[in-house]
Amino acid sequence: MILKLEHIYKDYIQGKMTVPVLKDVCLNVEKGEYVAIMGPSGSGKSTLMNIVGCLDRPTSGSYELSGRDIQSLNEKQLAEVRLHSIGFVFQNFQLLPRMTALDNVALPLVYSGVRKKTRREQAKAALTRVGLEDRVMFKPTQLSGGQKQRVAIARAMVNRPDILLADEPTGALDSKSSKQVMELFQKLNDEGVTVIMITHDSGIAHHAKRIVTIFDGELSEQEGTVSE
Amino acid sequence: MLENIRLSFQGIWSHKMRSFLTMLGIIIGIASIISIVSTIKGTNEQIKNNLIGSGNNTVDVVLSGQWELDIYSAADIPPGIPEVSEETRQEILDLDSVENVTCYNERRTSDGVFYQNTSLSEVAVRGIDTSYFETAGYVIKTGRNFIDSDYENFRKVLILDQTAADTLFQNENPIGKTIEIKEMPFTVVGVVDKAMNFEPTINSITDYYTYHQNQSAGYLYMPRASWPIVYAYDEPENVIVKAVSTDDMEDAGQKTADILNKTISEQQTDYKYKADNLLEQAQKLQDLSAATNNQLIWIASISLLVGGIGVMNIMLVSVTERTSEIGLKKAIGARKSIILGQFLTEAAVLTSIGGLIGVAAGIGMAQAINKVSGVAVSISIPAAVIAVVFSMLIGIVFGLLPSIQAANLDPIEALRRE
Repeated sequence: MILKLEHIYKDYIQGKMTVPVLKDVCLNVEKGEYVAIMGPSGSGKSTLMNIVGCLDRPTSGSYELSGRDIQSLNEKQLAEVRLHSIGFVFQNFQLLPRMTALDNVALPLVYSGVRKKTRREQAKAALTRVGLEDRVMFKPTQLSGGQKQRVAIARAMVNRPDILLADEPTGALDSKSSKQVMELFQKLNDEGVTVIMITHDSGIAHHAKRIVTIFDGELSEQEGTVSE
Repeated sequence: MLENIRLSFQGIWSHKMRSFLTMLGIIIGIASIISIVSTIKGTNEQIKNNLIGSGNNTVDVVLSGQWELDIYSAADIPPGIPEVSEETRQEILDLDSVENVTCYNERRTSDGVFYQNTSLSEVAVRGIDTSYFETAGYVIKTGRNFIDSDYENFRKVLILDQTAADTLFQNENPIGKTIEIKEMPFTVVGVVDKAMNFEPTINSITDYYTYHQNQSAGYLYMPRASWPIVYAYDEPENVIVKAVSTDDMEDAGQKTADILNKTISEQQTDYKYKADNLLEQAQKLQDLSAATNNQLIWIASISLLVGGIGVMNIMLVSVTERTSEIGLKKAIGARKSIILGQFLTEAAVLTSIGGLIGVAAGIGMAQAINKVSGVAVSISIPAAVIAVVFSMLIGIVFGLLPSIQAANLDPIEALRRE
């Protein structure tokens, strides 16, 4: 079990009102799984993704990632978990515009304290893995949307995280690029990477081997997709 | 860290105009401080040089009366003060701080000095030994120096200083001319001048007196052997010592005066040897100029404060602009300290560049001041280094608040904003 969420509750306080966003969410993900979390906007899927990504803490419940109790970690340790155990892919790519593709991909390695030469080698390898070995020195403005997202995926993968966490990875892409990104996810998953993807698009969600839906803060397994 | 510095340069370069305007406050502040400090240092060195005579390091140890009157204008010699003996001279020469010593007799406002039919009452006459010119820092300009045979044969020869030569002879060549001293004919054989020339800058009445107390209508020098022909025997002498270094001047002067005072008989209480302390006078003048200029430095510092606030302001803008970048960096695992370090480095690099430009501009300004107003300037390397380090500190201090703000950004909020 790589990811284990048990009875997660998350409340937001708005003025004097307490708004429950996640209600008793339980989710187990095995190593090597490809899971899509699907739900309409306002369903709480972004909040769930923030909790899974260790950017936010649940109000109550327990969260274990690779056997580590996330609840007990302090801010610095959470940063460590994000650095080494989680690879983020965002809807709007979140590449730093002034840096080359290579430097963008190498950024997590900088934070891991990897030496410059090794950094360049590993970043290059990651870019090769997503098929962008000929775009290494390009800046984000010189890349298409699909290429940008692949750079972002290379960045997410460069530290060899336990899970790849994608938030609407095709949200800003045309159908052709979306298809490429989905193929890439499939390829990575085939290589043994655990992928968790959050989307509102059922077409995209169906690329995953397992789909869980979230509605009004409650999670439910979609029949026939459980791969166990 | 190096990576941060590289990124900072990149960031600064990508906002050239904005970065420059932000730096401007620092540049102006540092430039004014550097130019003020250069002016102070230049003026101080000039004061010191003027007073001490271009680093010749000579100290006059003069027999002074209680009333500070010109004692040698009168014919009577104060009793109980012996000539400087060879032993005393050697004792002075043995002092660690003394490099050379020379003795001389002197008559100020000498009566009975004539050139043709003109009486020259303003010139001073000195009887000197062979080491006088070398010790006091004079060189022969025209003619010749005294030679041993002048002393051995009690020749009535004279050497003039430049001032005396100019006063007495204007356009004539003084060499070979005859000057009468107490009805004795003396032949001019040479003209001397200061080895290192200097032009005193007169800024105040104090300066005027400082520089002009020694400047009479000039000096006539004769061999000391010839002195008794016109004046008296066994006359007390004044001493000039050349100190090993400028810093030794006070010590050399003081100790020489002490040695000489020991030779004075106990009955004689009206006269004592006193060392001119030019270094102390220089110090006083320097303190005076430093006091006014320190106030200028404070005023210039205000511009640094304003510059620092400008840096803080632009850094706050920068943090707001780069919210999503910060959010992303935190999401992919950057610790708070990394974000803090990145922004602090950027602020420090920005102000350090400002400091460097400011130092360059300050040196330029100082040179310009020198060209335009003739005020002496001297660039101080330590001041330049301190200025750059200080501007870096300004960056760190004023960059702290924006950097903390950046480090504390909530990544979820930061990523949501576009």
